[in-house]
Amino acid sequence: MMQLLTGPLFVASLLIFVIGLVVRAVLYIKGLDAKLERVAYSYHRERSVPGAAMSIIKWLIPAGTAGWRTQPVAMVLFFLLHFGAVLLPLFLLGHTVILEQCTGISLPALPNNVADILTIASLSALALLALRRILSPVLRQLNSFQDWLILALTFAPFFTGFMAMHSASSYDLWIQLHVISGELFLVLAPFTKLSHIVLFFMSRAQLGIDFAIKRGGDTRGGVFPW
Amino acid sequence: MSQILCSPTPVTTQEGIQALLADKGGAKYYEQMRGLKVNQAQLAQDLQTTCKSRTRTWLNICAHCGMCADSCFFYKANDKDPKQIPSYKIQSTLGEMLRRNGKVDTSFMMHCMDVAWGQCTCCNRCGMYCPHGIDTGVMFSYLRGILFKHGFVPWELKIGSGMHRVYGAQMDVTVDDWVDTCEWMVDENSDEWPNLEIPVEKEGCDVMYICNAREVKHYPEDLAQAAILFHVTGTSWTVPREGWETTSLTMFAGDWEGCEQNLKRIYDAVRRLKPKMVVGTECGHAHRATVVEGPYWGGQESGDPPVPFLHYVEWVAKVLREGKLKLDPTKKIKGPCTLQDACNYVRNDGLGKYTREIMSYIAEDFREMDPHNEHNFCCGGGGGLNGIGLYRKQRNIGLKNKLDQIRATGANMVVTPCHNCWDAIRDMMEVYEEKNIKWSFLKPILINMMQIPESIAHVDQE
Repeated sequence: MMQLLTGPLFVASLLIFVIGLVVRAVLYIKGLDAKLERVAYSYHRERSVPGAAMSIIKWLIPAGTAGWRTQPVAMVLFFLLHFGAVLLPLFLLGHTVILEQCTGISLPALPNNVADILTIASLSALALLALRRILSPVLRQLNSFQDWLILALTFAPFFTGFMAMHSASSYDLWIQLHVISGELFLVLAPFTKLSHIVLFFMSRAQLGIDFAIKRGGDTRGGVFPW
Repeated sequence: MSQILCSPTPVTTQEGIQALLADKGGAKYYEQMRGLKVNQAQLAQDLQTTCKSRTRTWLNICAHCGMCADSCFFYKANDKDPKQIPSYKIQSTLGEMLRRNGKVDTSFMMHCMDVAWGQCTCCNRCGMYCPHGIDTGVMFSYLRGILFKHGFVPWELKIGSGMHRVYGAQMDVTVDDWVDTCEWMVDENSDEWPNLEIPVEKEGCDVMYICNAREVKHYPEDLAQAAILFHVTGTSWTVPREGWETTSLTMFAGDWEGCEQNLKRIYDAVRRLKPKMVVGTECGHAHRATVVEGPYWGGQESGDPPVPFLHYVEWVAKVLREGKLKLDPTKKIKGPCTLQDACNYVRNDGLGKYTREIMSYIAEDFREMDPHNEHNFCCGGGGGLNGIGLYRKQRNIGLKNKLDQIRATGANMVVTPCHNCWDAIRDMMEVYEEKNIKWSFLKPILINMMQIPESIAHVDQE
């Protein structure tokens, strides 16, 4: 069972994840239409490149934009979740060992206590984000099934991985659940809002370019004051 | 059988406009709209061909995080009504239309119209507050285009689009009316300014000036003030006979074909008169329609206009900086004074630095609104909302947000270089009975403060 899960099924889900997200990014770019959107995408590189870059970078920095600063609670929760969500899949010791076995690529690994802190931070952030979904009148107006689905899809690998690390007696059960939930995340990511893993960058770059090329980039020197 | 007033066909004749105008308040027009069948196959096809990856991605990846809520002045002014959250507004209209692939009925389309014009001014502020970079204002503008094409557009904007198509202006100002008004304004001011001119259709000038039909029809002194300022600064300038109107109710209406016609008229004038630059009047949406979106409608692949197109504030900042316009520092506005940033040329064209440069010349006690510049709130009447009777109540509620912002500065004067903002501010003072705050375009302020060079003949009028 474990062999199947960590062998062919893992490779298959990883392929679906990578190819799926690449396809979404390519389709996004192919679907951009300079005429319909009235943005001269292929002109003014000197403005569009910094415009796109800063539109992404500023939003990757906590409190880097007025948007983040006006919503400090949401900001803290998002960043706590995403530190773990980005770092753990790539740099957790167990993961780097598998990666090296499969591909020969060796990445530095996070110390286990750091990994634990990141996991707890992400799990707490997820729980609080769920609570926010339940309590905030704004979010209650917006909530959909998929919002809950992606919260659950994200919660499961963190939780099962943490349990596997910390309950020696039922390690086998938790690690199997961890692999299954991780693969489910990978497989569903390209087809759900989890696709923001790449589409966040696409969408942010587009709006940065939009402002840089057309909406004032010339007078502002390319970069919009996010 | 009674005349068809509401249909997907744009108005292209004088008779069509008169018939619509005769229908007071659009009563019959909206009644007919309630019976207007949705061409679902056409709608599905329109969505298929015009709704591309950008919009679909925006709608798909919206995390429903709620961060756009507080960015919207309608949400704030309506006591945080969850139905006013930008994400909800677009998901329940355009989002739903796409999910149903155009299989929607008349009442759904009318609901979309109510939201697209009555609950969003396309100010684009929410786009600045979304972590995913989702610009809901852009999507509402797109939705307006779809609704216009299918006949679901507010009565006043159906008329506005027709005016542009028939008269080449947002109001029924013919070429003769326009040229007469230019001559009249010269006559009217010739005692005070003996050498004043409004040169019509002169080739090879530095500046070609374009303006708003409202100025011509309702307050022509604005045109006279523009002429005086060009005269006093020694600017070589002209106005075109045709292509002089820079506003675009077609843009508010979602009439993209009409927008293209407007642009082509102006570009034709540029080709005929070969000015070094074009200067547009103190109007926000006119700048958006002509300079920001306009080049695309005018067929400019690079998105740049054929010659530099300046908003009036850019031109004023330039002549002040170059010393061509000198103001008497003792006449500066003494009392507390604030500045209204128009979304269409500040957030959406970065001209806030020029208005601030101007403020440094004209105000002793300039106070910024909070928030301001790119982050400023819409006046409450943008996107065509000022002119739509059907949504007057919704607009008046929204105006409160700007009034609170103005009051918080303690200013008793709001410098307002934008027609829509000017109207909205005038109306909010009336609706909320605020008697102690004044507002003004730039031109009258500048005329009052300017120093007249000796080379310019001027006779003081008592």
